[in-house]
Amino acid sequence: MNHWLTAPLLIPLFGGLLQIFMTYAPLQLRRTLALATSALTVVAAVILLGLADDGTYRAYALGNWPPPFGIVLVLDRLAALMVFMAALLAFFCHLFSIRGTDEEGDYFHALFLFQIFGLNIAFLTGDLFNLFVAFEVLLIASYGLLMHGRGSKRTVPGLHYVVLNLIGSAMFLIAVGMIYGVTGTLNMADLAVIVPELDAEDVPLVKAGGLLLLVVFGLKAAVLPLCFWLPRAYANATAPVAGLFAVMTKVGIYAILRVYTLIFGDQAGELANLGMDWIFPAALLTIVAGVIGSLGAAGLRTLIAWQVILSVGTLLAAVGLNNMAGTSAALFYLLNTTWLAGGLFLLADLIANQRGTVGDLIVTAPRMHSRPLLGVLFLLGATAIAGLPPLSGFFAKLYILKAAAPGAQMAWLWSIVLIGGFMTLIAFSRAGSIVFWRNVEGHVDNPGKLTLPVSVSAGALIGMTVAIVVLAAPISRYTDATAAQLHEPSGYISILGTKAVKGEGQ
Amino acid sequence: MELMFALVIGTLTGSGVYLMMRARTFPVIVGLTLLSYGVNLFLFSSGRLMSGGQPIIGSTENYSDPLPQALVLTAIVIGFAMTAFLVVLSLRSRADTNEDHVDGQREHRRVRPAPDEAEEPRK
Repeated sequence: MNHWLTAPLLIPLFGGLLQIFMTYAPLQLRRTLALATSALTVVAAVILLGLADDGTYRAYALGNWPPPFGIVLVLDRLAALMVFMAALLAFFCHLFSIRGTDEEGDYFHALFLFQIFGLNIAFLTGDLFNLFVAFEVLLIASYGLLMHGRGSKRTVPGLHYVVLNLIGSAMFLIAVGMIYGVTGTLNMADLAVIVPELDAEDVPLVKAGGLLLLVVFGLKAAVLPLCFWLPRAYANATAPVAGLFAVMTKVGIYAILRVYTLIFGDQAGELANLGMDWIFPAALLTIVAGVIGSLGAAGLRTLIAWQVILSVGTLLAAVGLNNMAGTSAALFYLLNTTWLAGGLFLLADLIANQRGTVGDLIVTAPRMHSRPLLGVLFLLGATAIAGLPPLSGFFAKLYILKAAAPGAQMAWLWSIVLIGGFMTLIAFSRAGSIVFWRNVEGHVDNPGKLTLPVSVSAGALIGMTVAIVVLAAPISRYTDATAAQLHEPSGYISILGTKAVKGEGQ
Repeated sequence: MELMFALVIGTLTGSGVYLMMRARTFPVIVGLTLLSYGVNLFLFSSGRLMSGGQPIIGSTENYSDPLPQALVLTAIVIGFAMTAFLVVLSLRSRADTNEDHVDGQREHRRVRPAPDEAEEPRK
């Protein structure tokens, strides 16, 4: 057993616990410790990435109970990639928060670290019920983070978010109960063994459970009929929180990718490719909804929130292609879109701070103090998210388009993704030209000065798009290998052979 | 016993879903609570219903499945925490908006500024 697997869980957990007891400590000390914890999580994520890249599966049996009886953490390429992506995003959003967001409530750092903790359990766990617990951990932290900040504008969107997610949790439990009632196990590897061998009379129950799970994951991922909670919640959250939440929808995508390739993949007998015929059309409709929302957005943050929905649609469309090239393209796009959306949320906050009472609304306002820097970042971000060359969004979308099989699938995917990209371009051009060019004379009195940490964090996340282009070859090699690993579930099943570690006295 | 159990779960879930469709926060919370009761009973039944069964080896002839009991326990604890949070949140919403409607107001707020307000400062 490799104890590194617990590092991305234990580091933010202990860091967060420490923060709870430090509310009366000097702010500078709390910030230093919190950021150090975030940075250590990134280090742990990089180490896991290095470990996972040899293509083997590593299992960690918690409490030394061998699978399928105990809960296992499983590290493979996909899990390592997700942990790394989330950790990097979280670090830069955390860095952004020291501008003052963290002073508005005592427990900001603790909640932020618990959020990372919850995300990492979700990515590393190999057990369906533990996935539910991970969702609850990250949700309760996200409830607190979403409500963080002064004023009352977050109350109502927060209420909607909490109620919807509680309904989602109830449905998750029903699905878990149905699957357990038939199969007698919730270990994902064990489920992958049992599901293909089910009796014909048990199949409908597991099918119902599996599709109910798809609804739950769809709610987390904000797929079309379940996406209307997102724009208001994200647009009203404070900037570092909105930036971190860019990864929250990706947890739903990760869960779909994991469960529907491993348990209900090609080899699952009667239940093979369950739900795949739903994912693809729902994803395309989600793209359409994202485009319509982006074009109608009144503020920059709302615009970016709808872009998050659009990116979820694009990602799921690639997953719904259900082939190796599609999965690899989806993972490549995932990195690009998550960091970009996070960076754009941070940037929108910087812009809003320099425009006085108008905030992020796309209307005429006094000129910003730091217009050149903000303008360049906005241009980079918009170009990349719309998918124009030479930035990473272009290559990511190109991979997705290339993965489609010729025929009706290709026609739908190409037309909707390309028209969606064009409309995104229109939405961002409109927003950018009004915000940056249509200005009145003079500046607002109290400009939110750009300090080094905020510029670095927003700039770094948006600059990732350049980094992804430069490192495109190693990244696509990694995502190709990840896709190959995902579509070959026998490797994952091999973790069932994990033995308990014998102590000296035994 | 199965019929009785199923009817109870159905009644709880049905009432819960009905109450969640209400437009005020208090019925929604009660609805969510009822739904979570229904879900917990359902989860419990996934280990099969039996009377006199125990999950401890050597204590009885017929064993019951311990795992759903553990799952239900976890689900109950999490459900309690979430409900408590929701109660506080809806109280805050009531204080912030002077209204216990789930949308904070009966009519939909105007999100976008009127066109004349938005365009006026242009030069």
